[in-house]
Amino acid sequence: MLENLLVQGLSGLASASSLFLVASGLTVIFGVTRIVNFAHGSLYMLGAYLAWTLVTGLPRGHLGFWGGVLGAALIVGVVGVLIEVLLLRRIYKAPELFQLLATFGVVLIVQDVALLVWGPQDLLGPRAPGLRGATEVFSVRFPLYELFLISVGPVVLVLLWLLFHRTRWGTLVRAATADREMVGALGVNQRMLFTTVFFLGAFLAGLGGALQLPRESVNLQMDLAVIAEAFVVVVIGGLGSLPGAFLAALLLGQMQAFGILIFPKITLVLAFLVMAVVLVVRPHGLLGKAPSTQHAAGPVEPLLRPSPREVRLLGWGLLALAVAVPPFLGDYALIVLTEIAVMMLFAASLHFIMGPGGMASFGHAAYFGLGAYGAALLVKHFAAPMELGLLAAPFAAGLAGVVFGWFCVRLSGVYAAMLTLAFAQIAWSAAFQWTELTGGDNGVLGVWPSGWASDKLTFYYLALALCTGATLLLRRAIFSPFGYALRAGRDSPLRAEAIGMDGFRIRWFAFVLAAVAAGIAGGVFAYAKGSVFPTYMAIPRSVDALLMVLLGGVQTVSGPIVGALAYTWLHEQLMRLFELWRLFLGGVILALVLFFPQGLAGAIGRRGGRE
Amino acid sequence: MLLDLREVHAHYGRAHILQGVTLSVAPGEVLALLGRNGAGKSTTMKAIMGLVRPSGGEVRFEGTDLAGREPHEIARAGIGYVPEERRIFTELTVAENLSVGRRPPRAGLEPWSEARIFEIFPPLAAMRARAGGRMSGGEQQMLTIGRTLMGNPRLLLLDEPSEGLAPVIVERMADAILRLKREGLTVLLSEQNLHFARIVADRAAVLEKGRIRWEGAMDALMADDAARAEFLAV
Repeated sequence: MLENLLVQGLSGLASASSLFLVASGLTVIFGVTRIVNFAHGSLYMLGAYLAWTLVTGLPRGHLGFWGGVLGAALIVGVVGVLIEVLLLRRIYKAPELFQLLATFGVVLIVQDVALLVWGPQDLLGPRAPGLRGATEVFSVRFPLYELFLISVGPVVLVLLWLLFHRTRWGTLVRAATADREMVGALGVNQRMLFTTVFFLGAFLAGLGGALQLPRESVNLQMDLAVIAEAFVVVVIGGLGSLPGAFLAALLLGQMQAFGILIFPKITLVLAFLVMAVVLVVRPHGLLGKAPSTQHAAGPVEPLLRPSPREVRLLGWGLLALAVAVPPFLGDYALIVLTEIAVMMLFAASLHFIMGPGGMASFGHAAYFGLGAYGAALLVKHFAAPMELGLLAAPFAAGLAGVVFGWFCVRLSGVYAAMLTLAFAQIAWSAAFQWTELTGGDNGVLGVWPSGWASDKLTFYYLALALCTGATLLLRRAIFSPFGYALRAGRDSPLRAEAIGMDGFRIRWFAFVLAAVAAGIAGGVFAYAKGSVFPTYMAIPRSVDALLMVLLGGVQTVSGPIVGALAYTWLHEQLMRLFELWRLFLGGVILALVLFFPQGLAGAIGRRGGRE
Repeated sequence: MLLDLREVHAHYGRAHILQGVTLSVAPGEVLALLGRNGAGKSTTMKAIMGLVRPSGGEVRFEGTDLAGREPHEIARAGIGYVPEERRIFTELTVAENLSVGRRPPRAGLEPWSEARIFEIFPPLAAMRARAGGRMSGGEQQMLTIGRTLMGNPRLLLLDEPSEGLAPVIVERMADAILRLKREGLTVLLSEQNLHFARIVADRAAVLEKGRIRWEGAMDALMADDAARAEFLAV
C-alpha cells in the first residue's frame, strides 16, 4: 500500500516536470508580452511530433534520441519566433481577448497542419537510450526515464533563474516585464527582446513535448489537453512567476496522481476546482503580484449609441424577411435558419457581458450547455414536456451564472478570462465524466419538441420568437439605466463606486442575465437538434461565440447579430467545402484580428463615415 | 543647435495638447521649460522622445529629423529621458536598474559607469543591492537620473526633477544638474518650481495652452514681473 502511494507520488513528480516546462514558457511569455499564448499547447504538440520524426525518421546514428529531442525543441523555438514576428507583433496593443483569439487561430492551423503531415493515427516513440530500464526505489521498481524527468523540472527552474538574474538579457526582460515603455525609452529594442523571449518560451514548450516521446503516444489531442493544464498551473502559480509555476505544477501533478486513486470520476474537475479556489483566495495566484500600474492608458471605448434609423429599418426588414420567407423553404434551410436564430441570441448574450459589461469570458459555452442539459435532463429522468424543458433551460443556466458569476466578476482581464474558462471546463468535465446522470460522451438523446411544435416550420417560428425576443430584451437592458450603470462601472470603476454604485452587484447581475439568455439559446438548440452532448460546453463552442461577437464587433449593438449571421453561414460553407476547415477557420480568425479589429459592423459603420 | 522643435503639434485623443511648439536648445546650455499644470511641458518631452507621436511639425536632433523614429532609436541617437513619475523598476536592484540603462560610450563624451554615477549621487553607493521599490522618493529620483545617464546621452530631458522632494534633496539635485552642465551635458528640464529653475537654468521658455509664450534668459524672466504674473502665477 505504502509502496503504491510512493510510486503514485513519483509519477506525479514526473508529470509535474513536463507540465512545468510548458507552463514556464507560457508564464515567461506572458510576463513580458502580456499575451496569453493559447498556441503554447500546439508548440508542445509540435515538439513531440518533430522529435518523433527526427528520432525515428532519420537514419540511425544521425542525431540519436537526445539530438532529436534537442533539434525538435530548437525548431519549435524558431516556429515560435515566426508566430511572434508575423502575428503577435502586430497585436500587442489589441485587447486581451483578441490576442487570445488570435493565438487560438494558430491552434486551429497547427492542428490541421499536423494532421496533414503526420496523419490521424497515434505515433509511438522509442525509449530513451541508457534510460530504458527500471530501478528499485524503496523496493519498488520504478522506470529510470521517469526519474530522469523528475530531475528535469528543478534543473530547468535553476537554469532559468540564473538566466534571468545573472545575465543582462535577463535583467532587461525583468525590467520590460515591469515597464515596457520605459525600457524602450532607455534605448532597448523591445522587438528583439520580445522575439528572443518568444524563442525561449517556444523552445521550452517544444522540449516539454519532445521529452514526452518515451512516455506516451503522440497524438492530435495533446495540444488542448496540455494547454488547459498549463493554464491552470500558470494561473495557480501566478501569471509571470516561475517559482509559482513550479509549485503549482508540483501541486497539480500530485493531485492528479492521487486524485485517480481517490476520486477517479472527477479527476478532470479537480484541477479546475483547485484553480477556482486559489483564485478566490489569492486573486493573483500563489506567488503572483497584482499588475503594476500600467503607464500606457488603454484607448477609451467608443460611445455606445442606439443604431441609426437606417440600420434599425434594415433590422426590421430582415426580421420581416425571416418571418415571411421560410414557408417557401425546405427543411435543410429551416434547420440552418433555426440555428442562426439560436446563435444570434448566444452571441448577443456574450456580447452583453463583453461589450457593455467589459468582462472577458472565455467560457460562455458553459451557460449554453447548461441550458441544453437543464432541458435534456428533465426529459431524460422525468420525461418532461418541451414547455417545461424550455423553462428549465434558462433556470439551470441562470443558477450556474449566479454561482460562477459570483467568483468571476471579482477578477478582471486575463484572470477573469481564465476563471470563466475554468468554470466552463468544470461544467464540461462533469457532463463528460458523470455518466449516470448525463450519459457522458453518449449525451442525452430523444429531446424532441412537443407534438404541436414538431413540424420544422412551427419550431423555427418558436425559435425565432424566443431568440429574437430575448435579444431585443438584452438590447433594451443596454440602453436602460442599468446598462448605463454597467458601462460606467466598466469605464471608471472607482468613480462609479464613489457615486454610490455597487459595481460588484451590477456586474454580477449582468453576468446572470447573460447566462440566462445563453441558457434560453441552449434550450432551444437542444430541442432543435433532438440531442445534447458535452461538446456543447467545450472550448470550441465558447470560441464560436467569441468569434461571432468579434466578427460583428464588440463595441456595436448590432455587431453580435451580424456576426452570428456571418459566422454561422461561413462555418456551414467551410465544413461543407473543405476537409481542412480548421485551417481555413484559423486563417479567417487571423485575418479578422489583423485587418478588422473593429469587427464587420464596426468596419461598415466606419465606411459609412461615422467615428 | 542641438535640438530644434518647429511648430510641433500633439493630440491625446481629441484634446489638442501641443499647438505648435517652436523651441531650440543650444549645446551646453540648461533650458527650463516652465508653465502651469497642463500647459504641455510633459507632452513636449514625450513628443521629443517619440513616446507621443507628434501630429504635426518637426523635431530635429543634431540636424536629423526624428519623425517616425521609435523611442529606443531616439535614445540611441543620444537623447536621455527622465520621466516625471521616475518609473524605477521596483523589482530590480539599484545596480540592475543602472545596468538596464547602459549603452556603449559616445564619441567625445567621458563614458558613464556605476562608479561615476555614485560619485554624483553618493547615497546610491550604499544601496547597490537594494530593490528599487524600497527606496525613498529622493533616492529614486537620483536612481532614475543615474539610469538615464548610463546611456551616455548628449541631451538630457528632465521632467520635473524637483517634484515631491524635500528641500534638502532639491538642493542636492540642483548641485547635481549644475555639475552635469559643467561636464558638458545639455539639459532641457521642465519645472513648476521657479526657485529651482532659477538656480540651474541659463534660459527659460514658458508654455501656455500648448504654445511657447515667452522665451529668454532666466534672469530676464526673473526681472519681468508682468510675464511671470501672466504665465506662471497660480
